[in-house]
Amino acid sequence: MPRQRSPRSAALGLTVRRIPTTIPSRSSGTLRRRLVVGLLVLASLVLISLSFRADESGPLGGVQSAGATVLRPFAVGFERVAQPFRDVYGWADSLLTARSEAETLREELREARQRAIQSEYAVQENVYLRDLLDYRDGPRFPADFDPVAAEVIGRPSGAFTQAIVIAAGSNDGVRANDPVVTADGLVGVVTRVTSGTARIQLLTDEEAAASAIDLRTGATGIVRHARGTRETLVLDRVRKQDVVRRGNEIVTAGWRAGALSSLYPKGIPIGRVTSVGQTDTDLFQQVQVDPYVDFGALDAVLVLVPTERGG
Amino acid sequence: MTALDSLRAFAVVFVAALLQVVIVSSLVIAGGAPDLLLVVVVALGLLRGSVPGAAFGFVGGLVVDVVTLGTLGVTSLILTLAGFWAGRYAETTGRDRRLAPLIAVGTITVLAGAFGYLLHYLLDAEVVAGTVLVTALVPAFFLNLILALPVFALVRRLVGEAQRELAPEVEVLV
Repeated sequence: MPRQRSPRSAALGLTVRRIPTTIPSRSSGTLRRRLVVGLLVLASLVLISLSFRADESGPLGGVQSAGATVLRPFAVGFERVAQPFRDVYGWADSLLTARSEAETLREELREARQRAIQSEYAVQENVYLRDLLDYRDGPRFPADFDPVAAEVIGRPSGAFTQAIVIAAGSNDGVRANDPVVTADGLVGVVTRVTSGTARIQLLTDEEAAASAIDLRTGATGIVRHARGTRETLVLDRVRKQDVVRRGNEIVTAGWRAGALSSLYPKGIPIGRVTSVGQTDTDLFQQVQVDPYVDFGALDAVLVLVPTERGG
Repeated sequence: MTALDSLRAFAVVFVAALLQVVIVSSLVIAGGAPDLLLVVVVALGLLRGSVPGAAFGFVGGLVVDVVTLGTLGVTSLILTLAGFWAGRYAETTGRDRRLAPLIAVGTITVLAGAFGYLLHYLLDAEVVAGTVLVTALVPAFFLNLILALPVFALVRRLVGEAQRELAPEVEVLV
């Protein structure tokens, strides 16, 4: 090994040995790094632009649809493996609230019994009156829909959107704007569809809204997400003269105006009113609604496919 | 980085992306959910450097955007920058720091949340700053910190650490 002695080391009487190393050129490494990252950022921006502007039938939509179809079996497989762990988590979580929930449910059951009897009379009367009027109406839930059951296989990460992905798509008859429910009530609406999967915008998303009605008093409004909360809803645009009481049930209104109609059929349960307030300056009442659906624990949903489409 | 190393890292990112979408995103605790994929990408950036970190961030984000039928490129962009930043941190000031995974994950979680909010705002999405930057981000910050060290150790075990470029070394013989 060659010795290299500087005047200083020679003066100190030291022996300096340099160990050879392979040091890549610093400038070429930096250039390569910047180039790669720049290209990746540029690719992301191009994808965002194309994806944002193009519709689902465009070339990029086709690529995404094909990708989603390829990845679907993996997502379904992961979901199956994860289900037992999710059940354990749900079971442990439910233990914490079981006692208070049981008491609430007993009270609700008593109320429901009384209302079921009243409803039975009302239904008979309603059928008779409709026949008399030859009443023309929008699609009714659940009679005018074929439910398509689907497993929830994914959720976008982050709090930017409230959505789920389900394992049913256009091959199952699902189309954009189809309403989605569970046994508890309204979940949301289909926003994107591929052949085997579909994206559902939850009712708790900032951009979601549904026209709704107070089942007891008939007060109407628009149900949307309550800002600053994760899963609370508000019944917005309720006039001050309308009556809404705490504990009242809110269901979809399902309006129809000429050729236009609500995305949601009438009568799908949404939630129960938890508080009602109003101030002198506000034009409308502030009605808070606790949804029946637990949006954080959705395992499976029903997509309501209109019967007329199938036929 | 050999082809085998790349393949192994890709598999780790792919599994993390699917786990994130299928399970982890729904584990909402105190209003926020952990971001396993972000933590994995940060770990890869710390272990393999800025370029692999950015590349695996891009791939992981793309998988998430495809599976969730979201706007393509949004998650890719966030994770590309996250992986790159983690890699640069490891190549410079974070080198040989024991707490580097915690510092990187904590910082990048906050920056990714803020950048994600900005990106969605620019894309005209209805996103409430209070929900994204406080209600969801604060619990996510702590949950990601909890994941940081175990995930870093696991990724290091699965993928290994890049051999660093040797600085000029001088040995003094007396």
